[in-house]
Amino acid sequence: MRFLLVEDNADLAASVAARLSMDGHAVDQAASLAEAEDCLGAASYDLILLDIMLPDGDGRDFLSRHRAAERETPVIVMTARSAITDRVDALDTGADDYITKPFDFAELEARCRAVLRRRGGAAQTRRSFADLTFDPLAATLVVAGDSRDLRSREVRLLEVFLNAPGRILAKEHLIDRLFSFSEPVSDNAVEVYVARLRKKMTGSRARIETVRGLGYRLTAD
Amino acid sequence: MAVSLRRRLVWQLLALSAILSVALFVAVRIGAERASEVTMDAILGAAAQNMAEELRVSDGGVGIDVPSGTFSMLAAMGEERIFYRVDVGQLTVTGYEDLPLPEKVPTALVPVFYTVPFRDAEVRIAAVARSVRIEKTLRPALVLLGQTREGQRSIAAELANRAALLGMAVFLAAIPISLFVARGLIRPIDSLAEAVERRGPRDLRPVRHPAPTELLPLVTALNRFIGRLRGTLSQTETFIAEAAHHIRTPLAIMRNEAELALRQSESEAARDRLRRLIRGADDAARSAGQLLDHATVLYRAEQADLAKIDLAEMVRAVANRLHAAAEMKDIDLQITVEEPLPAEGDAVLIEAALRNIIDNAIKYSPSDTRVEISAHRIGKNGEILVMDRGRGIGAASPELLKRRFRRGENVADVAGSGLGLTIVAEAAEAMGGHFELFAREGGGTCAKLLLPLS
Repeated sequence: MRFLLVEDNADLAASVAARLSMDGHAVDQAASLAEAEDCLGAASYDLILLDIMLPDGDGRDFLSRHRAAERETPVIVMTARSAITDRVDALDTGADDYITKPFDFAELEARCRAVLRRRGGAAQTRRSFADLTFDPLAATLVVAGDSRDLRSREVRLLEVFLNAPGRILAKEHLIDRLFSFSEPVSDNAVEVYVARLRKKMTGSRARIETVRGLGYRLTAD
Repeated sequence: MAVSLRRRLVWQLLALSAILSVALFVAVRIGAERASEVTMDAILGAAAQNMAEELRVSDGGVGIDVPSGTFSMLAAMGEERIFYRVDVGQLTVTGYEDLPLPEKVPTALVPVFYTVPFRDAEVRIAAVARSVRIEKTLRPALVLLGQTREGQRSIAAELANRAALLGMAVFLAAIPISLFVARGLIRPIDSLAEAVERRGPRDLRPVRHPAPTELLPLVTALNRFIGRLRGTLSQTETFIAEAAHHIRTPLAIMRNEAELALRQSESEAARDRLRRLIRGADDAARSAGQLLDHATVLYRAEQADLAKIDLAEMVRAVANRLHAAAEMKDIDLQITVEEPLPAEGDAVLIEAALRNIIDNAIKYSPSDTRVEISAHRIGKNGEILVMDRGRGIGAASPELLKRRFRRGENVADVAGSGLGLTIVAEAAEAMGGHFELFAREGGGTCAKLLLPLS
């Protein structure tokens, strides 16, 4: 997916962009509303991540103009202002969703998926591996013409595997991707979700291998 | 020491009526005595004049025809004794020659009155003078007529006693009247105090209760104080909002960098440190948010910023907002709302209450469970139920969990500030509603929020 990140704090923008790139997304950065307008004029994006307080104006004004110009690109507001009134405001001015800084990237991705799904989705988000077709927006996995619904954690787990096919992924690494850091995780949690995903993949040439003592790997026959 | 105004007023009114009663008694007593003395003096003087006129000179001697009618009239005023003395020249002609003479001898028939002790009694004497012709010579004659006043005294004493009784009666009547008057005067103070007392703990609107002019300075001072308090609260809210904002951006950088490092790090020891770092950042952000929410709720609660809202719509909107958080844990949010549920309320407060309840349910629920959210009308209230299959509230009392910074004993492994339920309870209270938390049958927790509908 292609993101436009409008954020004036350079450190924060760099870290968000790095993290999104790591998951295979393309990110253009804008440090002001003027730069954001330039970017929007030059390219089209799947999603805009918008900060509220910017050096040349309020992100909410940008939102109003964006909506008035009937531009369809969905917007997720990233705000450091967590006051309840600010949250209500952001949605009233036409943001598709908002996320309060600091945020969990898994949650940001979940929100992006939800927004894109509501907006009718982009077909180019579909991914294939061997005889699998995976649609993260619709949360479906198609195996040889047979469509199967995935739960949120199964979607995330499959995305992690599809981002690094053939690579051995350690259990700890998968825990970090599947669970929030403040949530208690049982020892066999990863096994449970891997087992579920394997069940959803039944009948496919693709499979998740257990590499004893090291982790898991997505391979295909 | 504090002095009761009412008591002081009653005492002052009573002292005043006591003084009035005594004055009444004294006035009646002196007045009665004076009046009877004047009357009796007039009779006594008339009798003395009468006697003097009856002085006859015959055959070179002086004779007096004492008028018995006069005496009986004098004696009739009670059991009085009568004394007389008639002098012609330097000689006592008849009567008591030791009856004392007046200090200033009268020169005419106009009586001179005086009181002297005589024969173990006080005697009131009227003295008149005239001249009698004896053998062609004019000789001065003096007639003294005395009368005891014991009967008159006893009548006056009785009158005084009656006056005393009347005074006492006036005083006794003054007691309930003083109490009544005092209560009437104190009533505006009491009703003002009651109006201030009746306010909710968060009601910081100025006092508009009608008060008598004398109390206006107090009411004005009170309102100024309330205004300053409100200003301080609002400053605190702004300060917390700014502080939260300034903390959140660096926390976000810290968290993102830690997450990036975690993705790239191969050393499990370093990864563990990074996880703890992220947890710390999340805790700090969460606490900052909850503190801000709490300050907002406290501040808004006293503003009573009411608007027409639909509770059903709000429940749905807040639940949908939290959908992503639930999805992260594969938790299903099952929303059943009966609509519409129109209410008069502060949308911000209700949003805070709903969000905290649902957020709590999601936070304490294990993965792959269901959180049931329902809203429906029960009588005059909207009842919002949020039921989870989480760990429950454990041994802690639900009332205790609503207290500030108080957390259950079974949640040490989940990050939290201990403010969530406090925010819900305070928001519910401010909206005239009620919040309850109890164990759900079959495990889990049920949170019940009652809010009045319009």
